[in-house]
Amino acid sequence: MNEFIGSMNIIAKSCNLYYGDFHALKDVNIDIPEKEITALIGPSGCGKSTFLKIFNRMNDLVEGCRIEGEFRIGGVDIFDKGTDVNLLRKNVGMVFQKPNPFPMSIYDNIAFAPRTFGITKKSELDDIVEGSLRRASIWDEVKDRLRKNALGMSGGQQQRLCIARSLAASPKVLLMDEPTSALDPISTGKIEELMDELKKDLTIVIVTHNMQQATRIADKTAFFLLGELVEYGNTDDIFTSPRDERTERYITGRFG
Amino acid sequence: MRKLYSALKYASIAALMISLVALMAVVAYVLINGVEKLSLNFVFGEYHPDAPTLLPALIGTLELVAIAAIIAVPIGVASAVFLVEYTRNKGTLVKIIQVATETLAGIPSIVYGLFGYLIFVVAFGWGYSIIGGGITLAIMILPTIVRSTQESLLSVQEGLREGAYALGTSKVRTIFKIVLPSAAGGIVTAVILAIGRVISESAVLILTIGMVVNKVPESLMAPGTSLALDIYYFANHGRPDEAAAAAVVLLVLVVLLNLLAGWVGKLIKKSTYGEAK
Repeated sequence: MNEFIGSMNIIAKSCNLYYGDFHALKDVNIDIPEKEITALIGPSGCGKSTFLKIFNRMNDLVEGCRIEGEFRIGGVDIFDKGTDVNLLRKNVGMVFQKPNPFPMSIYDNIAFAPRTFGITKKSELDDIVEGSLRRASIWDEVKDRLRKNALGMSGGQQQRLCIARSLAASPKVLLMDEPTSALDPISTGKIEELMDELKKDLTIVIVTHNMQQATRIADKTAFFLLGELVEYGNTDDIFTSPRDERTERYITGRFG
Repeated sequence: MRKLYSALKYASIAALMISLVALMAVVAYVLINGVEKLSLNFVFGEYHPDAPTLLPALIGTLELVAIAAIIAVPIGVASAVFLVEYTRNKGTLVKIIQVATETLAGIPSIVYGLFGYLIFVVAFGWGYSIIGGGITLAIMILPTIVRSTQESLLSVQEGLREGAYALGTSKVRTIFKIVLPSAAGGIVTAVILAIGRVISESAVLILTIGMVVNKVPESLMAPGTSLALDIYYFANHGRPDEAAAAAVVLLVLVVLLNLLAGWVGKLIKKSTYGEAK
């Protein structure tokens, strides 16, 4: 069994992905450093979300999806036979575009992953629930209504709850697929602050349509276009002195 | 144009009135003729040739409901789970099953009755029996339970499944902890409505359980009767008032079941989506 220990950098080598006959990702190579925030930007349909979903193997669920290349997280080959996909997903959490709390209490939402992995002791679960909600800076808002249904919360709270739910599985990597695109500016600000806090222990990869967001939070930025990784580097460099003409045109709003 | 619209409006109001009046006429007729005979003894008392009661029918109906539900609910729900969660409602097998369930749901119940008769009464040599009738009813409601469970499962948001998988949850755990609880309201409602069909079914039972109205069945292998069959029997044997009284009981039961279906469905929805317990 392949365990996830040590440094949690993410490497993709010669990544090609096909949906049936459609060549969705073309020879993508990237080395994402650990404990930093990396933003994937690019116009709709450029393959950035598809690329993100390789790393927790969510594409396994998509019919007709074929992936070639080498993918390592913390040195572990994630498509290796010895890699348990459920263990991979425990270590590589994901936050979705649309908040998707389970229709159950706030407490049960957070306790879901720990229970899945065999923790049943109440005191232990209590600690995990409180710790995760604190890390997602939503504890103060919900501590008096942990037994209330999570669907009664606002959209922004639901999204932070989903982040807390991921954290409860104690992941090493957090993948975020446009996590704030359905939220108001205040909720967005809270989540961006939270990400800055979380990157102390986590490798974060975020797909965003919002270039200001990338400049605000990301240490590194990767620009995708039509399934190709056009440019990848420090966020400051990408946005101030892009090497590729296509990157420049995109960030100055001339297409996409 | 405006004239046409208002004509259409009045026509639809008239149509509504006609259907309401027809419904009320049926209910009123049954009540007026049936209430007189209705008494505790008539419903629960011991059967006597001079004073027939519904006790054998009540017990028979109860047993039929139990048998049909115990067989049809697990098989129906499991089939729907397989179709929706494991085959994603696609592929040739699913299409065949889809067509089969839809066709089966549309078959007149007397055809199921004939099937039950030929298999359980004749081929198995059980003779008329409650169990034969119950199994035939289970086969009859199975397609509806599969269909409505499929609908309930399909209405569960994909995001919930993805959310569970993304936490490292296995498929089986996702189905049992996330998908089925979210679909429970719709499934339970469908099951209760199917039970309503079992209670009001008569054609299947005429051919399978033997319509023995005067005796509480000694075992599930014994012949028996049901409420709907009693109506047929009494009406056929010069006891129209008893038939109407049995119809009142049946009517009340079906109305109660329908109310229960709505109420339980809402309650489960509330406990999953509204205030937590």
